[in-house]
Amino acid sequence: MTVQDTPRIGLGDLDLARDASAEATAKPTPKPARRLPVQKDWPTWAIVATQFGILVVIIAAWEIASTTGLISAFFWSQPSAIWHTLIIFVTEGNAWVDIGFTFRSTIFGFLLGTTVGSLVGLSFWWSRNYAAIVQPYIICFESIPKLALAPLIILVFGLGLSSKVAIAFALTFVISTLTTFAGVKALDPDGERLFYSLGATRWQVFRKLVMPFCLPWIISVLRVNIGLALTGAIVGEFIASQHGLGRAILYAGQTYDIALVWVAVLVLSTLAVIMYATVSWIESVLRKGTRQ
Amino acid sequence: MPVKVHLDRVGMAFTTPAGTFRAVEPLDLEIPTGRFVSLVGPSGCGKSTLFNVIAGLLQPTEGRVLIDGEDATGTIGRVGYMLQKDLLLPWRTVLDNVILGMEIQGKPLKAARERALPLLQKYGLAGFEHLYPNSLSGGMRQRAALLRTLLFDTDVILLDEPFGALDAQTKLHMQEWLMQLWSDFKKTVVFVTHDVEEAIYLSDEIHVMGTRPGRILETIPITIPRPRARTTALTPEFIAVKERCLNLLTAAAPTMEAA
Repeated sequence: MTVQDTPRIGLGDLDLARDASAEATAKPTPKPARRLPVQKDWPTWAIVATQFGILVVIIAAWEIASTTGLISAFFWSQPSAIWHTLIIFVTEGNAWVDIGFTFRSTIFGFLLGTTVGSLVGLSFWWSRNYAAIVQPYIICFESIPKLALAPLIILVFGLGLSSKVAIAFALTFVISTLTTFAGVKALDPDGERLFYSLGATRWQVFRKLVMPFCLPWIISVLRVNIGLALTGAIVGEFIASQHGLGRAILYAGQTYDIALVWVAVLVLSTLAVIMYATVSWIESVLRKGTRQ
Repeated sequence: MPVKVHLDRVGMAFTTPAGTFRAVEPLDLEIPTGRFVSLVGPSGCGKSTLFNVIAGLLQPTEGRVLIDGEDATGTIGRVGYMLQKDLLLPWRTVLDNVILGMEIQGKPLKAARERALPLLQKYGLAGFEHLYPNSLSGGMRQRAALLRTLLFDTDVILLDEPFGALDAQTKLHMQEWLMQLWSDFKKTVVFVTHDVEEAIYLSDEIHVMGTRPGRILETIPITIPRPRARTTALTPEFIAVKERCLNLLTAAAPTMEAA
């Protein structure tokens, strides 16, 4: 109904009735024409340029704010100082020793935790009794906040690399076990029956059916584990260590060298991104092999 | 004809809190060499139990299974067994799926592949050999599963409703394809189905089964000469057999409801 129609409604019953019948036969209320909302995708270069622009603005704002005294340069440091410290850190300090230390403890912990965890998860396929007995222990261990055990682990394994590897292992082991065991439980019993009807031995069923079947579960845990392993290694270095990026952050914080904190965090993030990207790549290669 | 598989008073009973439950009444069944034999019956008549017993995956509570006159009760790897699900391994190509039986028996992979490849090409899987199962249609997957069973090289193959999940059109194609395969390979086939018409079209002999307890109601030989055209389904002989089967199955049904 349009605006011009409304005054006529007040003209009396006759008019109203005529109006109603006229309306029934005449055109119905026109619906507003609506179109599918279309979102136009920007070209990649525009996206990247905008992202880069935001970064530049943040850094510039930070620099200006700290130079003009809007924020305290002592607590927050400033990009120019961080850059300066980064150059010194990389060229003069023992940056590479620290990076290497953190990298090694992360990778060893990751490999060890994932491998042993997956093998334990797979081993549950061999015996239902064994799985039933061991499972509550695994779940108990899962519920412990593993980082709370870190001081104990440092005491047992010492200040060196092995204690960091042990903490990273503790964080990654249980999740690998449980995820792989979820794969074992999802196995179709008819698949096993097919193998046995072909006269297969248990070892053949394990190698040709159980292992490839559980591989997607193991793969799915890789990316989670690399992050957990890095966390474990850093926490270990926080508590007691002679090397590592975690120790560098702690040391810099305690000496109020805030620029160095930022540098270490920056290097750590770069390391994390590199490891994460590598694991993602390995994951995609493995996934192609499993066709899932 | 010599007997290939002999079920000698094979029965299956389970002890439950409510008492002994008879899944399969002790039954005798002789399957002659090279014949195509079907078991037809409603669900719960013990067809799958019998198959598992013949395949050695289930120990019967009574009786024994003789294959070529030898006691084969509870021994695996003596017969080829195909379930309704194709169970193709998604991480293997069609070719590598088909050679699974030979691989498990320890045959060198190269020889196994060389043997399987021409068969895949001959029996309707040409061009699919090196693809993964996820790119195959339901009918194609069943073909691959059946060839895997055949290439296991046993004289007897058990087919548990292989075409049950296929659409009607594909099912007809697959039946004809199976007939060709059977006449080429000369295997002894035991076939389980719900579909009476399918059983008559394919078989030399039909065992109609009933439920509670699972038992054989009647054995009906099918004498329609081979090769059978699709139109044999319209002949009086075919229709008479079908009527007999359906009568047996519907007569068996009320007891199921009473129980």
